[in-house]
Amino acid sequence: MQIDITDGEIRNLNQQLHAQPADSTTKCEVLNPNGAHAIAVGLNAPLNVSINGSTGYYCAGMNKHANVEVHGSVGPGAAENMMSGSLTVHGDASQYAGASGHGGLLNIKGNASSRCGISMKGINIVVHGNIGHMSAFMAQSGNLVVLGDAGDALGDSLYEARLYVRGNVKSLGADCIEKPMKEEHLTELTELLKQAGADATADQFKRYGSARELYHFNIDNASAY
Amino acid sequence: MCGIVGLFLKDQSLQPELGSLLSDMLVTMTDRGPDSAGVAVYGAEENNTLKVTLQSLDPQTEFADLQEVLSSELDCKVPVQVIDTHAIVRVPADRIDDFSAAMQKLKPSLRMMSTGNSVEIYKEVGLPADVIDRFSIDKLAGSHGIGHTRMATESAVTTLGAHPFSTGYDQCLVHNGSLSNHNIKRRELIHEGLTFETENDTEVAAAYLTHKLNQGCSLGEALEAGIDDLDGFYTFVVGTQNGFGVLRDPIACKPAVLAETDQYVAFGSEYRALVNLPDIQSARVWEPEPATVYFWEH
Repeated sequence: MQIDITDGEIRNLNQQLHAQPADSTTKCEVLNPNGAHAIAVGLNAPLNVSINGSTGYYCAGMNKHANVEVHGSVGPGAAENMMSGSLTVHGDASQYAGASGHGGLLNIKGNASSRCGISMKGINIVVHGNIGHMSAFMAQSGNLVVLGDAGDALGDSLYEARLYVRGNVKSLGADCIEKPMKEEHLTELTELLKQAGADATADQFKRYGSARELYHFNIDNASAY
Repeated sequence: MCGIVGLFLKDQSLQPELGSLLSDMLVTMTDRGPDSAGVAVYGAEENNTLKVTLQSLDPQTEFADLQEVLSSELDCKVPVQVIDTHAIVRVPADRIDDFSAAMQKLKPSLRMMSTGNSVEIYKEVGLPADVIDRFSIDKLAGSHGIGHTRMATESAVTTLGAHPFSTGYDQCLVHNGSLSNHNIKRRELIHEGLTFETENDTEVAAAYLTHKLNQGCSLGEALEAGIDDLDGFYTFVVGTQNGFGVLRDPIACKPAVLAETDQYVAFGSEYRALVNLPDIQSARVWEPEPATVYFWEH
């Protein structure tokens, strides 16, 4: 099916997508997104949605099962709180892409700006370009893979998410440290790069994770928070 | 929230369409702030003449005799063009101090929104579409312009709390965000001799830039200094006679999108604002980096 949203009928689009049966793999092409907000949010079936242009806030937010592809760039909060399925962005992503995501794959072919993967809880995020400052802030689990460079304060107050960066890291946030690449990490990263169609090999990356110093409040660490 | 749009034309053939392109961009941003709206347009310069935009709470009474009173006081022709609550007054450039004195003496209740060779500022309480309609902003021509739609946070919903704010001759500022140290900065600037008309945080940022420029800073230097001195959230867009600039605070949580083609540079709080610009599909579109001054000049 093909839905044109030139007139801004986002609710109509989302209602049609929500009305699909739970096992539907229907293909849907969305025309003229024109930066509109909340395109293809709350999907709950293995649909294949292709968006023909750039979107605004919260594209594919709360996604479950569906594979959403954007042939353009996405605004703030893309794939926010994604549970499963995937969002592929062929352009760039604005701030807090993949925020608090629980699962699935967020695959950004361009750059992502600040706070990418903030509070991520199990989602896998692969960014083929660079990411901005405060990315993976308080990230709890899942993997953030960056083929380019990372901005300031990467992984500040990090929990158990794994961060893999191929390029330079401008600075690490509080309690985030470089960690050794073990066999399990190389295996995991190789699989993620393959899933994302990334032109890179696992041995080119460095791994960053939590030093686990700030998990519990300790008065001696007060200045680090 | 608040919504900002800006358009800087490189292609002169687009100049007759500036008001209409900018109006379309601003109306798209209406849901980011319904409280008030305003636009600064840089139109044609006139030789040896400064344009002063005035605003009145009682335009029918106060503007009725304005041309006559000013022409008589200054002993020269001072054309007054009344547009709704605003009036554009054309003052001989060498008489601008006399004009200011005459205004103080004869029409102290009128507010000066802008002064300059080319800038005109129109702003009022209400939705962008209504403000554009009242002042026929979509009909204006010019080389560049900035628009703002406000969701008020730090001060009342009034005409004077609307953006753009003038920061000096042919200069203006719009702001999305909120400053947290505007009270102490206002006190410091009052101590330095600046005056304020509102409790608004953006007026403080505008006065801060004016003060820095008066001290001899370039606009770029003034904006750089603001990164250290102004605390809070901001995306600023500034206009000058020849260009416009963009600055985001180091946290950069207020959205900003830039687009550039051979014909123009455009700014929008969101990409939505840019989608009807000519040939936007082939534009270079990106988010400005935090704590980085961007500036384009003719």
